[in-house]
Amino acid sequence: MSLSAEPETAKRSDAGAATAGPPLIEARGLTRILPGLIPVTLVRDIDLVIEAGEFVAITGPSGSGKSSLLYLLGLLDTPTSGEVLINGLPTHLHSEAWRARERLSTLGFVFQFHFLLPEFSVLENVMIPMRKLGRLSVAEMRARAVDILSELGLGDHVGKLPIQLSGGQRQRVAVARALANDPPVILADEPTGSLDSASSDQVFKTLRHLVDDHGKTVIAVTHDLDMAARMDRRLHLVDGMLADP
Amino acid sequence: MPLILSIALTHVGGRFRQSIVSVLGVMLGVGFSIAMAALMEGSQRDFIATLVDAIPHVEVTDDRREAAPPPAAAVFDAVNVIGARPDDDTRGLRNPVRLKAMLDTWLPGEMAASLSGQAVLRYGGKDVAVALTGVDPAAHLRVSNIGDDMQAGSFMDLAADLNGLIIGDGVADKIGASLGDTVAVSTSSGAVRRLKVIGLFHTGVTQADDATGYTVLKTAQVLFSRPNAINRLSIRLDDVNSARAVAQRVERMTGYRATSWQEANESLMEVLMVRNIIMYTVVGAILLVAGFGIFTIVSTIVHEKARDIAILKSLGFDQADIRRIFLMEGLFIGIVGSVLGSALGYGLSVFLGSLEFEVRTNVELTSLPMHYSVWHYAIACGFALFSAGIAGYLPARRAAQLNPVDIIRGAS
Ligand SMILES: Nc1ncnc2c1ncn2[C@@H]1O[C@H](COP(=O)(O)OP(=O)(O)OP(=O)(O)O)[C@@H](O)[C@H]1O
Ligand SMILES: [Mg+2]
Repeated sequence: MSLSAEPETAKRSDAGAATAGPPLIEARGLTRILPGLIPVTLVRDIDLVIEAGEFVAITGPSGSGKSSLLYLLGLLDTPTSGEVLINGLPTHLHSEAWRARERLSTLGFVFQFHFLLPEFSVLENVMIPMRKLGRLSVAEMRARAVDILSELGLGDHVGKLPIQLSGGQRQRVAVARALANDPPVILADEPTGSLDSASSDQVFKTLRHLVDDHGKTVIAVTHDLDMAARMDRRLHLVDGMLADP
Repeated sequence: MPLILSIALTHVGGRFRQSIVSVLGVMLGVGFSIAMAALMEGSQRDFIATLVDAIPHVEVTDDRREAAPPPAAAVFDAVNVIGARPDDDTRGLRNPVRLKAMLDTWLPGEMAASLSGQAVLRYGGKDVAVALTGVDPAAHLRVSNIGDDMQAGSFMDLAADLNGLIIGDGVADKIGASLGDTVAVSTSSGAVRRLKVIGLFHTGVTQADDATGYTVLKTAQVLFSRPNAINRLSIRLDDVNSARAVAQRVERMTGYRATSWQEANESLMEVLMVRNIIMYTVVGAILLVAGFGIFTIVSTIVHEKARDIAILKSLGFDQADIRRIFLMEGLFIGIVGSVLGSALGYGLSVFLGSLEFEVRTNVELTSLPMHYSVWHYAIACGFALFSAGIAGYLPARRAAQLNPVDIIRGAS
C-alpha cells in the first residue's frame, strides 16, 4: 500500500517505546528567543522524546508557544540554544540545505490553513515533493499521488484546482502532500482548526489511520481537548515551557 | 519539465500582462540595439572602404621620424658630434631600385613609386597651384582607384605621352582649361614645360579634384630637376587591416617614415571610436531600462508569492532552489525578449537596408549600408540576459532569505 512507511519504522512502532537505539525525535534544552529591542521568548528549556509510531498532541493556551515548538521540531526554525536530534543525529550542525533535505524526506507538514499552491491541480500539488526528491519516474509519482488521494477519499478530485474544493477536502490534500515522500513523521499545526466538526473528525481519523495502520509518527497541535484525549500522549505548554496538563 | 521551471512559469503566467510588457521592453531594447549596431557598423565599414579605396594603404615618404644621425656619428665612435652641418642637398628616397627590391620579397600587395611636388599651372592668364605627382601609370593604377574616377581620357594615356597632364575637374574649372588644351606648368626649380591636358578626373573629394595633377614620372623628374629621384612609395595591400603592421616593418627595414592609412586618418578613427562608444552606451542604457522592468515584475511576484515561498520551504526546498525559481523568471523574460528582439532587429535591419534615398551630393548614397554580424546579436542578447540575470537575482535573493516561519505565522 502506498502509505506504508518503511518496514523498519513499522517494526519500531510494534516494539513501542521499548526499542533500543536513539528515539525518532529528541529535544534537549530547546529554547527560541526572538531577538529585538524587547526579546520575545517563544519556548524555553524544552526536553522531550518522541518515539516512532506515537500520536502526540501539543496543547496549551493561545500564545503558549505550540506552533513555535512545532516549527523547531520540524527544522523550519532554528533554536537560540539547545538542539533537536532526529534518529539521534544533531540537526543544528548542518547547513540550511541539509535541513531542507530532511524536511523533504523525513518530515511532512500540515498547517491550519491548507497552503496549497493555487496554480497547480490537486494531483500536481501532491506530486511536488516527489518531483523535488526525484526518486520515482513521473508515471510512478502520478500513480502514487492518485493512490494517496484515493486513500484519503479524494479520488474524484485529482484534476481539480484547490479553489474548487471545500476546506476539509483541501486540508486532506495537504495531508496527502505531507505524505508524498512517505516521511516517518507528520507535523500538524491545528489541522482541524479551520474546519467544522464533521470535517475535523474526518481529518482526525485520517491522522489516526496513519499512526495505526502505517506506522507514522504524528505530532499535532490542537486546541481541542477532546481530540487531544483521543491521541496517545499529550504535551502541555504554558508560557513556552512544558507543564503538567 | 523540471519542477523549478514549471513553478517559475506559473508565476510568470500569473502575471501575464505585466510579463508581456517586460518582454516587450527587452525585445525593443535588443531589436533596436541590433538594428542600430548594423547601421552604425555598416556605415562605418562603407565609409572606411570608400576612404581606403581612395588612398594608398601605406605610404613611404622621404622623411624620418627621428632626424638621421649625422654621418660622422656612424664613422667615429663619439658620444656627441658637434658642429656637423646637415646634408641638405638631395631629399627623396635614395636608391629606389634597391628599396623596391628589398620590399618586393615579402610585401603582400602592390607598390608604386612617384615623385610629388608643388607646381603652378597657367592657362589663359589664370594660375592655380597644384600638387603635381609623377607616376608610372600602370603601377599607379594598381595602388589607386584613380582609373575609375576618370571623367575624360584614360589614365593609361599618360604612358604614351611625355607631355601629357591629367588634372582634377576642379583644377580645370579654375583655369578654364579643358581636354586638349595646353597649359604651362612651372615649378620652384624654375623649369617650365607646356603640357597637354589629356585627362580629367573627379574623385568626389574636393581637395583632390581642385588641387592635384598627374604626369608621367620622367616629366615630373625634369620639372622638379630631380633626375631619377622619387619621394614617395605608395603601397596597396591585399589585406587593408595589416597596414599598421606592414608600415612598422617597412619603417624598421628602411628607416623611412611609413604611414598606414589608419595613422594618416588617426582623428577620423578616433571619431569612429567615439561614435561606437556612444552607441554602446545608448544600447546599454536601453537594456538597463529593460532590466528595471524585469526587476519590478520579479519583485512583485516575490511579494505576491511570499506564502508559496513559505510552503515550498516547508516542503523541503532550500534557499538555492527558491533563488533559482525567481532568477529563472527574470532570465525567462530576458530570453523570450532576446529571441523576439533578435527577430525584430533582423527585420528592422532588412527594412532599413531596403530603403532607397535620393541624395544630391557628390558621394552617391542610395541606400543605408547595413552590416550583418552575429556579434551584434550576441552582444545585445548577452547584455540583455546579463541585466535580466541581475534584475532577477536581486529579488530572488530576497525571496530565498524570507523566513517561512514569519509568513506561516502571519497567514494563520
Ligand atoms: N514575530 C513575533 N514577534 C513577537 N512575538 C511573537 C512573534 N511570533 C510569535 N510571537 C509570540 O510568541 C508566543 C508564542 O507564539 P506561538 O505562535 O508559538 O503560540 P501558539 O501557542 O501557537 O498560539 P496559538 O494557539 O494562538 O496558535 C506568542 O505569545 C506570540 O505572540
Ligand atoms: Mg499556533
